Amino acid sequence: MDKLVEMKNIYKSYDGVVALKGIDFEIGFNEVVGILGDNGAGKSTLIKIISGMHSFDEGEMYIRGVKINPKKYSVKIAHNLGVETVYQEKALADKQTLWRNIFVGRQITNKLGFINIKKEKEETNKIMRDLMGFRGIGANADSAILTLSGGEREGVAISRAMYFEADLVILDEPTMALSLQEVKKVLKFIQNIKDKGKSCIYISHNIANIHPVSDRFVAIDRGKVVGAYNRKDISLHELSEELIKYTKTSTQINQSERVL
Amino acid sequence: MDNLETNYKVKKSIQYKSQIALLIMTASIFGLFMITSPEVFLKGRIYQSFLSTVPIMGLMALGLTFVLAMGEIDLSFPSVMALSGFIFSITFKATNSVILALIFSILSGVIVGFINGTLVTSIGIPSIVATLGMQFLIRGFSNIISNGLAKTVTLDKTFSYKIFAEKLGVIPVQSIWFIGITIFLYFLLFRHRFGEHVLFIGDNREAARMMGVNVNSVKIMVFVLMGVMASFAGILSCYRMRTWWPTMGEGYIMMVMAAVFIGGTSMLGGVASIEGTFIGAFIIGSLEAGIVAAGLSGFWTQFVCGVLIIASVTIHTLAKRRK
Repeated sequence: MDKLVEMKNIYKSYDGVVALKGIDFEIGFNEVVGILGDNGAGKSTLIKIISGMHSFDEGEMYIRGVKINPKKYSVKIAHNLGVETVYQEKALADKQTLWRNIFVGRQITNKLGFINIKKEKEETNKIMRDLMGFRGIGANADSAILTLSGGEREGVAISRAMYFEADLVILDEPTMALSLQEVKKVLKFIQNIKDKGKSCIYISHNIANIHPVSDRFVAIDRGKVVGAYNRKDISLHELSEELIKYTKTSTQINQSERVL
Repeated sequence: MDNLETNYKVKKSIQYKSQIALLIMTASIFGLFMITSPEVFLKGRIYQSFLSTVPIMGLMALGLTFVLAMGEIDLSFPSVMALSGFIFSITFKATNSVILALIFSILSGVIVGFINGTLVTSIGIPSIVATLGMQFLIRGFSNIISNGLAKTVTLDKTFSYKIFAEKLGVIPVQSIWFIGITIFLYFLLFRHRFGEHVLFIGDNREAARMMGVNVNSVKIMVFVLMGVMASFAGILSCYRMRTWWPTMGEGYIMMVMAAVFIGGTSMLGGVASIEGTFIGAFIIGSLEAGIVAAGLSGFWTQFVCGVLIIASVTIHTLAKRRK
């Protein structure tokens, strides 16, 4: 078992629209892999399959060597296997408190399912202090998410992933809509994951930000893997050129399809 | 740290502001009733009467609070109340067993709730449409089977009559059930995993899904809860009147919704108040009696009810905005 996640020939379609057409993808332990590609290339579908949000139609997926049954796989099972996904602030409920947002789906409860609110709040305060670095900004465990800024929300989502000690953290556009200072925090977080011997998959349009912390890049276009690069072998500039090449061909093909 | 503490306290006080406003509103309504018709409202009897009638509506209001908290709506509960009451009375007549009657009656509420939930989740019909259809369907169903005829049920000779219809001292038992269930549902909504999932679904369904909440099964369970509440209301009604009648529950839909909204539960989901619904039920449930006792025509009830809804929802909205 040398791979954390292994996907072989994965197909996925939504209502007849094919999103993935036989994807092969893998990530090992202690690796940071960037998934690059244009809008609609299938990046989000790929990570949603790994994180248990969506099932797949065909192909095989293994996590820690365990074969995944697409009909039974779920976010809960992914969490149990140590796969944690950060969907920016999209996975936070605005009107609910911070502590509820941290623990929802994985509440600290007694046997009857009643939540240990005191404990959850204490843990949240610890998370805010140790992981988020929320000091003196007026937010506390009882603050509703809607009172937080974009960067703070991202911080909550990321700290949630860190707190639950995932072996694989999946980040969906981690640096989008963040200030420079906040981007720095996110990159430090990715570096942290790497230093702790854990793995990370991210999707980003901004390869300039992400390039230095990555080990590998996988380029996806129209549901297929079209390129794989080691960071050691490719400079940021070369990588951008490569991506522009795919973007170009895909727009050209779109145009030719339109002509037909 | 000081800063955090004070901030926290300020927020808490704002949070309770709308509850305090609600209590003041209740107190002033009853105060007004006492001034306009002291011979009625300064005596215990009217309150005893409220304590036996309000719970029937209040139980459904509690169920509806859960449904609204999750961002859905249920319009079928008045019919479920009638259906379950009917099933209760015919089972009791046929078997003479209270236990069987209770089981079948509650089961009918569970089944209707399950159907509602399945229509909304698996098939994907908006809840307002699905439950509107069910509302007609169930009413029609119980009318067809009962032939539109009322049924008397001689429950007053059973032991269960003490539990569901009589008084404990001076307190009607209906209100004890209501208080008990209110407390239980309060803890279920705000202290239990299940309730947290309900609130998250109402707030942001996708987020709930992303965090591993099984959205569909929670939704179905909430519709089932609503069905059970309506069933229980139907049963209590049968006990109270010792009769089942085919239009049972009609006229409740707007009153129950009014009680929930006055209490501060949002139509948009994610925000709910069980204690607010409890108070709202008593406000709505006592209006008509108070207005009639004051010598005004019953038409005033609707007018005053409208004023109260607008006023209380305005207060809740403003209190939230300040936050």
